[in-house]
Parts: sequence; structure tokens; C-alpha cells
Amino acid sequence: MSAEEIRKVFMILLKYLVPTLKVFGFTLLYSIPLGMIVALLKMCRVKLISWITNIYILIMRGTPLMLQIIVAYYAVPMLKQSKNLPGFLNNMLSAVNIQDESFMFNAVIVAFTLNYAAYFAEIFRGGIESIPKGQYEAAASLSMNKLQTFFHIILPQVVKRVVPASANEIITLVKDTSLANVVAYAEITMKAKQQMQNYSSLIPLFIAGLFYFVLAMILTVISAAVEKKLNYYK
Amino acid sequence: MAMLEVKNLSKSFGSTEVLKDISFTVEKGEVWAIIGPSGSGKSTLLRCINQLEKASGGEIKVCGKDMLIKNEKGKTVYAPPSVLRDIRLNIGLVFQNFNLFPHMNVLRNITEAPVRVLKKNRSEAEKTAMELLGKMGLSDKAKAYPCELSGGQQQRVSIARALALNPEMLFFDEPTSALDPELTGEILKVIKELAAEGMTMVIVTHEMGFARDVADRILFMEGGVIADEGTPEKLFGENASERTKQFLQRFKNN
Repeated sequence: MSAEEIRKVFMILLKYLVPTLKVFGFTLLYSIPLGMIVALLKMCRVKLISWITNIYILIMRGTPLMLQIIVAYYAVPMLKQSKNLPGFLNNMLSAVNIQDESFMFNAVIVAFTLNYAAYFAEIFRGGIESIPKGQYEAAASLSMNKLQTFFHIILPQVVKRVVPASANEIITLVKDTSLANVVAYAEITMKAKQQMQNYSSLIPLFIAGLFYFVLAMILTVISAAVEKKLNYYK
Repeated sequence: MAMLEVKNLSKSFGSTEVLKDISFTVEKGEVWAIIGPSGSGKSTLLRCINQLEKASGGEIKVCGKDMLIKNEKGKTVYAPPSVLRDIRLNIGLVFQNFNLFPHMNVLRNITEAPVRVLKKNRSEAEKTAMELLGKMGLSDKAKAYPCELSGGQQQRVSIARALALNPEMLFFDEPTSALDPELTGEILKVIKELAAEGMTMVIVTHEMGFARDVADRILFMEGGVIADEGTPEKLFGENASERTKQFLQRFKNN
């Protein structure tokens, strides 16, 4: 490939950095709060709730994300074809317009969010359970209620403890966004593959790799800075 | 005036009875020391009164308010949550392991509960906190984090934190057990000062000399029951029970 061609491919891939970052950003935006909720549900004393949560986590972590993306994308059109669905499900399905341009994006985000929330939930649960019992007892002896204890005493300490593991997960997510190409979601990897075929060259793939590498580097630097900032206490 | 009345208190973990038929009454301004071998139920007793453990039976009255009562059917029941919360505010608790909040500086550790629980404004709470820190000899540590302090300093902060809610009574659960021997003195000094000011206190301790010096009354617990009770003169004197003498003998030998 000539230098001019490489520059052209680079510019094309740069344009498709946006959809890649959109999947990345929205997945984080939804999966972190959802993960916190799932973590709390898993620790719920009501056995049925923690049991159901456990099954959800098992499925999400036990099956490939790529498979989950395919299911999320094809589930609605497939179900729409079947005849004897309960009425409320029919109503829900008819509300989804599969011709809509954002449908593919939404399906991808649903799959990513559900999958990553399961991983974040386990990280958060580990963080919450690692806080010594004495912290709860100290808060209780000071007459703080459960919400005050959780938000002002426990959660800030959990954040510090989960940063390294979460950063790991977030860096994995940047690279996992490439899985969205399985349903033809146009992002960097899919475009790189097209350019590879265009030019019969591996170079577009290397350029794509470079994009992910730089993103991962940036995230590594950010996570190190956050860890350092939270290091004001031991 | 009775600040704390415990009647026939019992507590079981599963089938293990750790407290059996405990009764005693603490009057205003009194200092009680609870001594006894490890596993005798001393800490559990404090934790039951402080609502960190659920009692299995008996009655507890704090500052004249019923906390744990027997209802008409003879069942042991707790007061409603709002009363329990009120009662808890009457008792400050100092833990063996300090349990300071590591992510907050000293000042914040002390002001957190007054601001969030008593809804004091922050500057007022900070003023009180600084006074307490002055009393503890820690005025220069207000901005320090717990990890930057020695064990003795951390324990003094935790005493200040408990005092910041202005409790009627202060409980200590082995306040010097986690400290190096040379640091226990500073904590015992603070407790003595509080005693001199007339603070009502219940102290679980292994410091026999200290218990003898500072306590008005001593409870000797063993196997979940009160094995002996009385003034330091009685327990450390000739009229103590044989078992008490035997227990205290080991400390004299050290």
C-alpha cells in the first residue's frame, strides 16, 4: 500500500472510532450502575432474589459475549414471527421497530450492558464484602442509618478497592467492542476487514490494532492516575 | 439515678449460651470495669447493650428508657426503632480496634455523625470536634488520616468521635488490647480524666491495676455469668471469692 492509501484507510478508520467509542461509553454508562444494583441484589437476604441474580451472572459469564450479541440482535425479529405469544409480550415486541436505524445499536448496547454488568457486579460484591465488619459497627454505634452507612462509610472505601479490577474490565471492554461487527455494526474492526479486502493488505488490520492499543494505553494511564489520587489513605 | 439497668440478660449463639442471667445497675457518674478470662462473655455483654448483638432474653433499661422488655406474654421484645435509636445516642462506644473511618481525616471522623445524625451544621460540629481534640492532646492532628497516626492516637480520636455525640455514657470494649504496652498509658490517662469529670463509663479490660484504680465497681465474669461483683477493695481484698482470687493471682504474678 502507498503512503497515500494508508492515510486514506487511517482516515476512514478514524471516522469509525466514533461508533466504537459509542458502544464503549454507553456500555460503561449503563453497566456500572446496573452492576452495583446486581451486586446488592446478589447479597440480598431474600434467597430467591440472590438465587435469580446468581443464575443471571452464571449465564452472562458462562456464555460468549459474541453469542449474546447475536441473540440480542435476532431475538426481536425472530419472536415477532412466532404466532402464539402472550399478549403483553406481543405488545412489547410491536413497540420495537426493527427497521429503525438505532435498533442495531440498541441491541448491541443491551447485550454489552447485561454482560458487563455481571462482571462489574462480581467486582463490586467482592469490594463490598472486603470492608471490615467493624466499619458497619462503628457507623451503627454512631447511630448512622443504613443508607448513611452505605453511601458515606462503605461505598467510598469500596470505590478505592475496586478501581484496579474495574480498570482491567474497562480495558477489556475497549477491545470487546470489536465483537459488535458480528451483527454488522459498523465500527473499526468491521471497516478494517473491508479495507483489508479492498487492498488485499494486512495493513488496515494493523492500523485498527493501533487504535485499540492507543485507547488501552490512555485508559491505563487514567486508571493509574485514579489509583494514585485515591491513595491518600491506606 | 440509674443510667443502665440490666436484668436477667441472656444471649445464645445457636445452642451456645454465652450470657446467662446477667443483672447489674450502673448509677450516674459510676465507672464499672468488667474483667474476666477470654470468652467469658464480657464483650458480648457490651455489644448486647449497644444493640450490636441481639439479646435472647431479659430486660435492659438505658437512662430510664426501656430498650428490652418482657411483654405480657413473657416474650422478650425490643423497643420500637425510633426509641432504640434514641437510646443508642445515649451510649458512646469505643472499640478494641478503633474502627476509625480510614477514608476520612480525623476532623471528618469526629464530625460525620454530628452532621449526618444530629443534623448539626458543619462549622459548629468542627468547633466541638476541635475542643475534643484539644482535650485528647491531638489538636495538631485534625487534618491527618487515621493511617498516619499511632494506635494510641487513633484510639484517642475514636474516644473523641464517641464523645462528639454528647452521650450520657461511654462504653469501652478492651480499649488498650490492640495497643503496644507503652501506648496503653495515654489511653488510660484519658479515661481517668473522663472519670474525674463524672462521665458514666463501663469498661471491659484486662488492665487489672487500672480497673482497681479507676473503677467504682468491678464485675468479674466467667462462663457467661457474673462470678463476682463489688468494689475494687472487695474484689482485690480478702473477701473476694476463691475463684476471683485465683484469677487475679495470675496478674499479680506478672
